[in-house]
Amino acid sequence: MQRPDPEEVAESVFAALAEPTRRSILSTLAARGPATATDLAELLPISRQAIAKHLDLLADAGLVLAEPGERRRIRYRVNAAPMAIAQSYLAALARDWDSKLARLRQVLEGPD
Amino acid sequence: MPIPDRIERTLDLAQPPERVWEALTSAEGLGGWFGNRATVDLRPGGTASIEWDNEQGTRATLTIAVVEPPVRFAWTWGIQGLPDSDPRRTYVEFTLTPSGGGTRLTVVESGFAQVPDDLLGTAYQGNVEGWAEELGELADYLDAAA
Repeated sequence: MQRPDPEEVAESVFAALAEPTRRSILSTLAARGPATATDLAELLPISRQAIAKHLDLLADAGLVLAEPGERRRIRYRVNAAPMAIAQSYLAALARDWDSKLARLRQVLEGPD
Repeated sequence: MPIPDRIERTLDLAQPPERVWEALTSAEGLGGWFGNRATVDLRPGGTASIEWDNEQGTRATLTIAVVEPPVRFAWTWGIQGLPDSDPRRTYVEFTLTPSGGGTRLTVVESGFAQVPDDLLGTAYQGNVEGWAEELGELADYLDAAA
């Protein structure tokens, strides 16, 4: 497999999550497990056609994986790897050394 | 705009390197400013365990990499928010330089943007598929026990 560029992977995750319909689709797949476009259309207030379009886009970005299901209907499931890469970027932003180092300074200065 | 792989901070402290070293490396020190409680096995390859008094009961295990008193202290630890099975660890290094009776402390944490070769391979997909398999195994186990 080609070595992914983490920035591109993270960008595709953030772009996917910026759109409310795609957020709904991903949340539903995460919560309920693999589903077809038809399953999702029953669960979400969006047309099957619109869902299929978003699923194609999510699959191209590697955020969902398409797998053959019963009666040759394609089931989609969340692919966690790109999320984990995006998450490590968020972790860099959330590490919060500033408040820890402020606390270190405070502790060294002692009670005054 | 790339998100940084490397976090770097420098601060000037009034205390000499020996005192700063103590705060960085002792259980009492790490449990005072970094977390709420700590245990430290201070040697390269030793581990330190840090706990925080929050609702989630957050804890972190550090693997100590470098102990050069009172100049350099480094550890590796997992990336916050990722499962324990994730192979990625970031590297945290503190450097203490004497500076006019006090200490210039530099902390660098690096490795956030690393992507191991197997990350997009079987390891992660295994995690996702794992639920269905584990539930299947649970069902088998319960059937056998009945």
